[in-house]
Amino acid sequence: MASYLLRRVWQMIPTLGGVILLVFFLFKYFGGDPAELLAGLSATPQQIASIRTQLGLDRPVAEQLWLFVQNIFTFNWGNSWATNESIAALFATRLPATLTIMVPILVLEVALAIVAGLAVAYVRGSLTDRVIMVVTTVALSVSFLVYIIVGQYLFGFQLGWFAVQGWSNSLWKNLVVYAPLPVFLAVLVSLAPNTRLYRSFFLDEINHDYVRTARAKGVGENIILFKHVLRNAMIPILTNVATQLPGVFIGSFLIEVFFSIPGLGREVLLAVNRSDYPVIQAATVYLASLTMVINLATDVLYKFVDPRVTLQ
Amino acid sequence: MNAALLQQIPRSPGVWAQAWMRLRTDRVGMIALAITVFFVGLVLLAQLGWVAGDWQREVGKPYAPPHFVGAIADGSQTAVVDAPTGAMVDLSAIDPLAPRYKEWAERAAKFTTSDTVKTDTLPFGGDRLGRDVLSKAVKGAQVSIAVGLVAALFATLIGTVLGAVGGYFGGKVGDVLEWIYNVFTAIPYILLVFALAAVLKSGPLAGSLGNGIWTVVIILSVVGWTGIYRLVRAEYMKHRSREYVRAAEAIGASHLSRMFVHILPNVSHVVLVQLSLHVVSFIKSEVILSFLGLGVPVDMVSWGTMLSEAQVELVLGKWWQLVAATGFMATFVTAFALLTDALRDALDPKLKNL
Repeated sequence: MASYLLRRVWQMIPTLGGVILLVFFLFKYFGGDPAELLAGLSATPQQIASIRTQLGLDRPVAEQLWLFVQNIFTFNWGNSWATNESIAALFATRLPATLTIMVPILVLEVALAIVAGLAVAYVRGSLTDRVIMVVTTVALSVSFLVYIIVGQYLFGFQLGWFAVQGWSNSLWKNLVVYAPLPVFLAVLVSLAPNTRLYRSFFLDEINHDYVRTARAKGVGENIILFKHVLRNAMIPILTNVATQLPGVFIGSFLIEVFFSIPGLGREVLLAVNRSDYPVIQAATVYLASLTMVINLATDVLYKFVDPRVTLQ
Repeated sequence: MNAALLQQIPRSPGVWAQAWMRLRTDRVGMIALAITVFFVGLVLLAQLGWVAGDWQREVGKPYAPPHFVGAIADGSQTAVVDAPTGAMVDLSAIDPLAPRYKEWAERAAKFTTSDTVKTDTLPFGGDRLGRDVLSKAVKGAQVSIAVGLVAALFATLIGTVLGAVGGYFGGKVGDVLEWIYNVFTAIPYILLVFALAAVLKSGPLAGSLGNGIWTVVIILSVVGWTGIYRLVRAEYMKHRSREYVRAAEAIGASHLSRMFVHILPNVSHVVLVQLSLHVVSFIKSEVILSFLGLGVPVDMVSWGTMLSEAQVELVLGKWWQLVAATGFMATFVTAFALLTDALRDALDPKLKNL
């Protein structure tokens, strides 16, 4: 186990190095000149030159890359170009809002998808199954934007069941007043693709011999579904949740934009519009590292979910 | 063997002919194909300017409702200010501009003005400026579908070539490509999109790309090739040691010829299905990028920019632009998704009933 972990961490190094190189050279050679972006349109050449010295842009490329790597490992990215807020502080203040929205979404989404997927897989081949498949195909073809626009208008504005948008400083108020509508809409939208996906996970299992054996022994359908089938389908479910986990941190930026939630996703989008490079670079590098760690954690979790899996 | 004997051997239909025969029996697939062909025709006509070329003309009154809703009854759009009553005061003695009025009137007379009649209703309503929503939706279809198709073609091209090289040669080259793949997939999809958008928006390429459409195409194809690469690579690894490839090697076919003349036709069904899957997902992405203002420029229209206008309009009760954009998009995407399913079934019958 320890040697497995060590080897996997060792294997991460080239990938992380690649991410760092990609981000660095992408912004270095394809991005705008930071000095000109920072100084604005009416800057004098002296101002631009002084910003260049300040950012180290006048040094050789290798040295700049080394500075970039140092920034990454010391968590010292300096300040945002647009707001002059320290980037560490920016992440620390935006992340809680994103998590407040995304954690309930993920939990509800997975719970609902398991139930819906099992239900549809149970009636596979029937008229209900086919109708649901057609409905989900059509539902999937409507843009995410439309659901949010219409949902916000209908439930927030017309019916007045929820606050249209907003955010406060108290976690409890956020969870009770502002989070329900975005969470509800996001879960509703995810229902169509997730039902299809989880149905296919369960269908892979439901035709196996052990299900027939359990049925022959007289085990109840509920126990077969929730104990036998669900446990055996845990590997694909876990993989699916793991691919969504990094998204929990960047948040659904669309949800955050529509509902004015001061989260990380909206902040990164703002940074794109303001050409605020350090914020984007920091978010990209750290979330890529996080993704790699989550992937490793998932692989280790497989072992606990399914003892047949051997880590090597 | 002489020609007569050759004639007697029953000709077996090729893989594409067989796939077409299977597709023809799939009723849903044929309807989906018809709708897709109709939309592609619409896109071509719009590209040539024969359809919806004048989408920017303000033909109706602002927010003109659709025909079937009828003109706005409350008259709020046509409020007339009463002419002032009472004696006109002669100001010409103290008005410093008075001597020049005549000259200006002469100059103005040289221009011909024409009053355009703006209709009260339009076939499917008008937007804020009174532009026909129906032409906008057609023009938007052109932009959104073209971006989706071109981006998917590029992504498939990158993915197929890299996957072919990685899977066929393996070894050091394969390792390098795997490393690149790992790097691209380690970065969450949306962050890579944002990073590229930021770079292309303000970077040195911003000027040369000019038209925002190419920015979207580049972003989507650079981000989207990884899945195709992985599948094509797996196929090439499977095929590279098969007998027919070794036979090709024996008769002296070069690496390039073995990769793209011999193996590629045998994995082309995988590529085609991936291509059409990516068209659907790229159209959805383009809509979101345009909505966020990272996509098509302001003087163009796509389904995404229509939706972003519709968000404000909905609160005012003007629902038609939202319905038009959603309806067009949903119809095309559903048809294309069903066509993709039918294609997959037709090209790979072993997969059926999954």
